[in-house]
Amino acid sequence: MKVLVAVKRVIDYNVKARVKADNSDVDLANVKMALNPFCEIAIEEAVRLKEAGTADEVVVVSVGSKSCDEQIRTALALGCDRGIRIDTPDSPDSLSVAKLLAKVVEQETPGLVVLGKQAIDSDNNQTGQMLAALLNRPQGTFASAVNISEDKVQVTREIDGGLQTVELAMPAIVTTDLRLNEPRYASLPNIMKAKRKPLTVITPDELGVTVGSNISLLRVDPPAERQAGVKVSSVDELVEKLRNEAKVI
Amino acid sequence: MTILVIAEHDNAQLKPVTLNTLSAAEAIGGDIHLLVAGHNCQVVADEAARVTAVSKVLLADNTAYEHQLAENISALIVSIAANYSHILASSTTTAKNYLPRVAALLDVNQISDISAVVSADTFERPIYAGNAVATVQSSDKVKVITVRGTAFDAVVADGNSAEIAVVAEACDAGVSCFISEELAVSDRPELTAASVVVSGGRGMGNGENFDLLYSVADKLGAAVGASRAAVDAGFVPNDMQVGQTGKMVAPELYIAVGISGAIQHLAGMKDSKVIVAINKDEEAPIFQVADYGLVADLFDAVPELEQKI
Repeated sequence: MKVLVAVKRVIDYNVKARVKADNSDVDLANVKMALNPFCEIAIEEAVRLKEAGTADEVVVVSVGSKSCDEQIRTALALGCDRGIRIDTPDSPDSLSVAKLLAKVVEQETPGLVVLGKQAIDSDNNQTGQMLAALLNRPQGTFASAVNISEDKVQVTREIDGGLQTVELAMPAIVTTDLRLNEPRYASLPNIMKAKRKPLTVITPDELGVTVGSNISLLRVDPPAERQAGVKVSSVDELVEKLRNEAKVI
Repeated sequence: MTILVIAEHDNAQLKPVTLNTLSAAEAIGGDIHLLVAGHNCQVVADEAARVTAVSKVLLADNTAYEHQLAENISALIVSIAANYSHILASSTTTAKNYLPRVAALLDVNQISDISAVVSADTFERPIYAGNAVATVQSSDKVKVITVRGTAFDAVVADGNSAEIAVVAEACDAGVSCFISEELAVSDRPELTAASVVVSGGRGMGNGENFDLLYSVADKLGAAVGASRAAVDAGFVPNDMQVGQTGKMVAPELYIAVGISGAIQHLAGMKDSKVIVAINKDEEAPIFQVADYGLVADLFDAVPELEQKI
């Protein structure tokens, strides 16, 4: 079985995003970029499936400009076998990404597609579900466990009330939540090896997809700032303030 | 202009967050229909019909909808979507699962997790873990939207008697099935709806120590939450996680205990009215958003707090 992993290049999760002075967007100039944390978990899951003998090939796909090659190479260093980049301007909308990925899935025919549940920049949490819809395949979102047996996959999902397990006919789409696994780090020899692994670049035209969006970003503002309050010196003072000043208890 | 809102429920009760989503629909303006899709859920439809703001309840009662499987629910919504200018659901794990599927099937984008309605086609939504707020405009023929419940006041749950219409469509894609569920059982209020939340982080040390927080919570009628670090460490289950990718809370009072305050955690709680932080590290970033900070060992401070409230 082949596993396809889709990944996104995003702002490093330790960096606090700042809004541009003209409020047109978030300022990403000279900001450290990285693999989206949920995508790292998706890569790890796919690589583990290969190590367990369940998968025989792991293909990693990313959508964006040449700078995304860096993240694809990281994925290859983590154990993916080959990479595909769909060449677009940075940050196309989720629907366009899902349409592009759907075309790649049709060409590659993987048994399982694994994606992060959400990118930490747009915080949309959509692409995996949209991909599943376009392919008319079942989805197991927010996965904390994935178990494959023959032509079915059981996915345990992190839901608001606890955990839910569903069984999906394969091919299926899985999106990862935080507790699915703990991603490994790439070793130096593997980073060197990754440089020689194949990375193909294809265009939306070749896939027959027009990248566009009916959503326009009008402006971006910083959130209302919270002022740091006061330090209290004791539990007594805290209780007194909560009772008489904030009046919340 | 008619708006379709999808009810959040468990086949027995309408979840309160639906009332917040209805309030967002009111802000858009127009007739509002509320879809109750489930199994043996007539009682939910009856409850829904009493909610103000709803002009019609649509009841789709079928085994295919019992567990809100995305493949089936999305097909149902798409089958009735032609009548609507907007389709809204709450930003819960249930709707986050099925609604993007609806959007893709309708060939439109989804606007996720809106925090304000500017006009019928323009909305605000937090991005980058809440470190920026985007104003976005959609020219899609139908606007598919998830709503951040804590950003909207609830509509009144009583006093209406809307018509209930039955949707007979039985959409069963036949590619997925429900196996099991492990739901947290608690007498405490639901995290996203509680007026007081007490949360613990890595500083709690282990799961047993969360008992300290449960004691305080029970005195305050509070819900108990956790940071990602505490969930990852296995102290408490995932349904307690507050943060960018967990639950968004905005209670009257949020008490953060042993939580350093990573930006991902702040994203989930910084809209709380009053924030209290108890942490022994006075440099912890949580103090930068706290109204009241207490630099102390939580194992001394929390039992004392429980005594004195």
